[in-house]
Amino acid sequence: MSALTYSSTIGRLLLASCLLLASLPGIAAAADLPLAKLMGFDFKAKSAAITAIADSGSPRAATILGALLDGRLLMRKADSRMVIAATSEPKTAISDALDGSELGSEELVNLKKVVINNQLRLVLRGALARLGLANSDRDARLAAVEALAADDTPGTIAALEDALPKEQDAGVKRAMQVVLALAALGRPEETQRLAAVNIVSGSMLGEVRNRLAALLAKDAEGKPLEPSMDVRVAAARALRAIDERRAHYELVQTIFFGLSLGFVLVLAATGLAITFGVMGVINMAHGEMMMLGAYTTYVVQQAFPNHIEQSLFMAIPAAFLVAAAVGIVIERGIVRFLYGRPLETLLATFGVSLFLQQVVRSVFSPLNRAVATPQWMSGQLLLGDALALTWNRLYIIVFSALVFAALLALLRFTSLGLHVRAVAQNRAMARAMGVRAGWVDALTFGLGSGVAGLAGVALSQLTNVGPNLGQSYIIDSFMVVVFGGVGNLWGTLVAGLSLGIANKFLEPFAGAVLAKILVLVFIILFIQKWPRGLFPQRGRAAEA
Amino acid sequence: MNAPDHPARAPTWWDEFTHAGSDNVGFSSRVGDGTLYVENISVSFDGFRALNELTLYIERGELRCIIGPNGAGKSTMMDVITGKTRPDSGRAWFGPQLNLLKMSEPDIAEAGIGRKFQKPTVFEQLPVATNLELAMRAAKGVWHSLRARLDSATLDRIAETLALVGLTAQREQRAGALSHGQKQWLEIGMLLMQEPQLLLIDEPVAGMTHQETERTAELLVALAGQRSVVVVEHDMEFVRSIARTVTVLHEGHVLAEGSMHDVQNDARVREVYLGA
Amino acid sequence: MRALHAPHPDRYVYGILLLLVVLVPTLNLGVSESSALHVSTYTVTLLGKYLCYALLALSVDLVWGFGGILSLGHGAFFALGGYAMGMYLMRQIGARGVYGNAELPDFMVFLNWQELPLAWWGFASFPYAMAMVMLVPGVLAGVFGYFAFRSRVTGVYLSIITQALTYALLLAFFRNEMGFGGNNGLTDFKDILGFELAASTTRIALFVASVLALALAYGGCRALVNSKFGRVLVAVRDAESRARFIGYKVEHYKLWVFSASAVLAGIAGALYVPQVGIINPGEFSPLNSIELVIWVAVGGRGTLYGALLGAFVVNFAKTWFTGALPELWLFVLGAMFVLVTLLIPRGIAGYLGKEKST
Repeated sequence: MSALTYSSTIGRLLLASCLLLASLPGIAAAADLPLAKLMGFDFKAKSAAITAIADSGSPRAATILGALLDGRLLMRKADSRMVIAATSEPKTAISDALDGSELGSEELVNLKKVVINNQLRLVLRGALARLGLANSDRDARLAAVEALAADDTPGTIAALEDALPKEQDAGVKRAMQVVLALAALGRPEETQRLAAVNIVSGSMLGEVRNRLAALLAKDAEGKPLEPSMDVRVAAARALRAIDERRAHYELVQTIFFGLSLGFVLVLAATGLAITFGVMGVINMAHGEMMMLGAYTTYVVQQAFPNHIEQSLFMAIPAAFLVAAAVGIVIERGIVRFLYGRPLETLLATFGVSLFLQQVVRSVFSPLNRAVATPQWMSGQLLLGDALALTWNRLYIIVFSALVFAALLALLRFTSLGLHVRAVAQNRAMARAMGVRAGWVDALTFGLGSGVAGLAGVALSQLTNVGPNLGQSYIIDSFMVVVFGGVGNLWGTLVAGLSLGIANKFLEPFAGAVLAKILVLVFIILFIQKWPRGLFPQRGRAAEA
Repeated sequence: MNAPDHPARAPTWWDEFTHAGSDNVGFSSRVGDGTLYVENISVSFDGFRALNELTLYIERGELRCIIGPNGAGKSTMMDVITGKTRPDSGRAWFGPQLNLLKMSEPDIAEAGIGRKFQKPTVFEQLPVATNLELAMRAAKGVWHSLRARLDSATLDRIAETLALVGLTAQREQRAGALSHGQKQWLEIGMLLMQEPQLLLIDEPVAGMTHQETERTAELLVALAGQRSVVVVEHDMEFVRSIARTVTVLHEGHVLAEGSMHDVQNDARVREVYLGA
Repeated sequence: MRALHAPHPDRYVYGILLLLVVLVPTLNLGVSESSALHVSTYTVTLLGKYLCYALLALSVDLVWGFGGILSLGHGAFFALGGYAMGMYLMRQIGARGVYGNAELPDFMVFLNWQELPLAWWGFASFPYAMAMVMLVPGVLAGVFGYFAFRSRVTGVYLSIITQALTYALLLAFFRNEMGFGGNNGLTDFKDILGFELAASTTRIALFVASVLALALAYGGCRALVNSKFGRVLVAVRDAESRARFIGYKVEHYKLWVFSASAVLAGIAGALYVPQVGIINPGEFSPLNSIELVIWVAVGGRGTLYGALLGAFVVNFAKTWFTGALPELWLFVLGAMFVLVTLLIPRGIAGYLGKEKST
């Protein structure tokens, strides 16, 4: 998984808020900032300067104070200009503190550091917190509050207490109350602690759970650290509520993962279901069609290295066409000569799959290739306070659903679809009615293979691309077809999704391997009772 | 396996599996006496009602012809009787003791119901004589098949049947190499080897010459009497030549039943067939 | 079927096997190494390996060629037989392993296991191990077949389900917790029945045992397919529902032939392991199982001798290609699958038979 971390999301929010701030009119000009007062050893004056900077409303304030806290705010000895160092290394790039303009690099010996002490650090933290809390962007404020959760220095607390009455947004307000209550958990008065526990309960902030758990901890002699029984009971209750909610979120997460796996399976299996349903043959090279689709994505990316963001959109039709063309070649060259001999078709197409694998191995090397994930597909969608869904899986779900819908529409509303369904139901009759069955077979095979190619595009965003990519999916895809019932795309959809979800549910406690085995065993037992799958075709055709 | 003549020892799963404990099951357990009771059978496929409350009785030794337009449910009816299709509702008994709806195809065959398909199905890769040998009434379990020898009684029986169906010269030929009509005869021969109490025969004369059709008619008439015979046929000439009682199926149920003359003069039948 | 009635190719089979069993040991042990006629121990082992493959191919021909059941999981039965033999050989190592533990094989000591898992009990005994060589594949095939055939899973469905079976076993045997050595499998065998495995005489003995097993199995299979059982099997293959309507319990026939064939495959695996000196989960890979189907297809199915011929021809080609042109082998194998099914569906045996009769 190439998901970005939580913190990088915050980082992006902060960045966005800085840009927003920069565009605000009517704020103090940067030149007015009392930076000079920071130099020297008058800590009182320094403290006043920090407050002044923080209150100036300057867009540079947060940057300057942050640099000061990190020890990266320096004075260039040559011209007494205040600069910010990019790093703390002996030679580093510097920029002007006031306007942010690049000043090239400088030796550390030519710079003089602004000295701070612990007292000032507290002031700084409080000032920075206030700055964050004053941000006009709601999400940035929320992020700022949450970032303060583990920080109970008096300056921070004071900043929060100041900001709370001014806050208009209910969500941010609530978060502020929670963070303040967390600080109050350390109060000596039992009633205040109890009130604090009640306030924090229900919050999904990571720090809340840690602190509640800490309240229930025991010392070396087994005595509880928290003397009050009432507080302990309240904390335990709150903890349980949090855990229940987490379990709830995990459930949603699992279903989400299962759905994304399931949709890839559906894409992989629909192609198989179409060829099997219409022509009664299993294309064992179907997995290799997925592999070709994935490699096409890779090649398109390699061909346009500067357009990674858009290359997927080029890869989608390309993968479909490549896989479909290979599919048609297989049908015209091999499968059509084996009509009515499904087992021979199975063997011959298996030979094709070996062939294709070796071709790919010879051309691209046997090593796996990584397909880059475009920016817009990386990262996560945050829902609520603790539910994160990765974009790439979300897009795969949407993409697969669209392909599936398109396929249904194609089979339902186009003349090709009509012909395909006619041949599937009664080949001889369709032929007698003037349907060119051979032509329909070739197009059906091409369509099924093309859809597999699309599945390969989706797969390339989930895993590395290698010559064996398809192999691991052919059995699973076939299981989906068997489970869902041959010749019924809805069955394939339901079966694919339920198998995907079942797999992800079994994985946590059975392990990935055992989960796979359990699913296989389940299907073998399932077809005991329902040999024709969930949605069987009935009637004479099915009896044959 | 029903084995009412072995009351002393209940058959175990092993017997069931090998037929080992019931040497004579194939021969003496034919409690089906040739009578067939089919009552209120309904079968539907995807909402299409292939059989609709079908009721039909065949008496021992009767020769019954069943006619009806395409899709009337003739083949589905045979599928139900031989265990291939399970109906949604209704009853089907063979004699007073055998509930056909609870029996598998081989059990039904063992009980004495033989079937000839519309499209002749023989074992194409096997010689004609072997086709007959396999069909012959005998214990058909795995264990028996491993020990079975072609004894002179069996060979005689095969030769007899070959002569009867006119395939003596093709004895060693692969069944797949026979002409369509010869396959029809081979299948009838296999049916005879089974010595069934009830024969279900689906379109026996399709693809036969006029002479062959006549011979078939003679054969079926001769068979009736000791055995019950149900014939489904489109060839009205053929039906008229053999039929005593005719049943007309339409849309999954019995439209009319009676002598050929009665049926032909039935107003509803005329409507169905002639649209008048 | 010509094969059912023309016994003469069998004479070639027995003749070649007789020739092998006499010549190879003589030329290996009786002729000095410097002589041009000397057969190296390497060649003996290679031939022994081919014989095991031939036995395996025979078992596939029995179910596919006669029963019409295309099993894509027969490699699993071969591997299970091999594992049973491997477990016996592991126990024979005793205290001579790297860790010197008399009771536990090295990999268990490495995993910090304290006692022998239940599945390993009794494998120090040769007769017990040999019983397991046949029972484990036979019973697995029986249980699997019972469920599959009872619900009338046929054709490609059955093929894929058998492939899923071997795939599931592959995944399972890769796990260390299964207690069969994980992905390293079982290896470093020392001796069998007290004879050193590396010794030429032991190699010859194993070779002779393989020839005998193949000859016996061949005779057994021939008797089986020539009996009424064999004829019913072909009948089921050609027209399954017809066979049912004349009173044959098709499921039982399939189940028996499938189980018998699994036992043969297990024996082949058991003979294979001491000769190659290793058994690992790779033997369960679906590719192995499907590859052995192509041996039978190349040789000609439904003939028995075709399976033997195919096993030798394809594996000889494989040995040559993987030595000389390794990257071409999969192309050749893939082409074999396609060309045989398209051009000579009845295999070399069928092709030769046709030539002869015209």
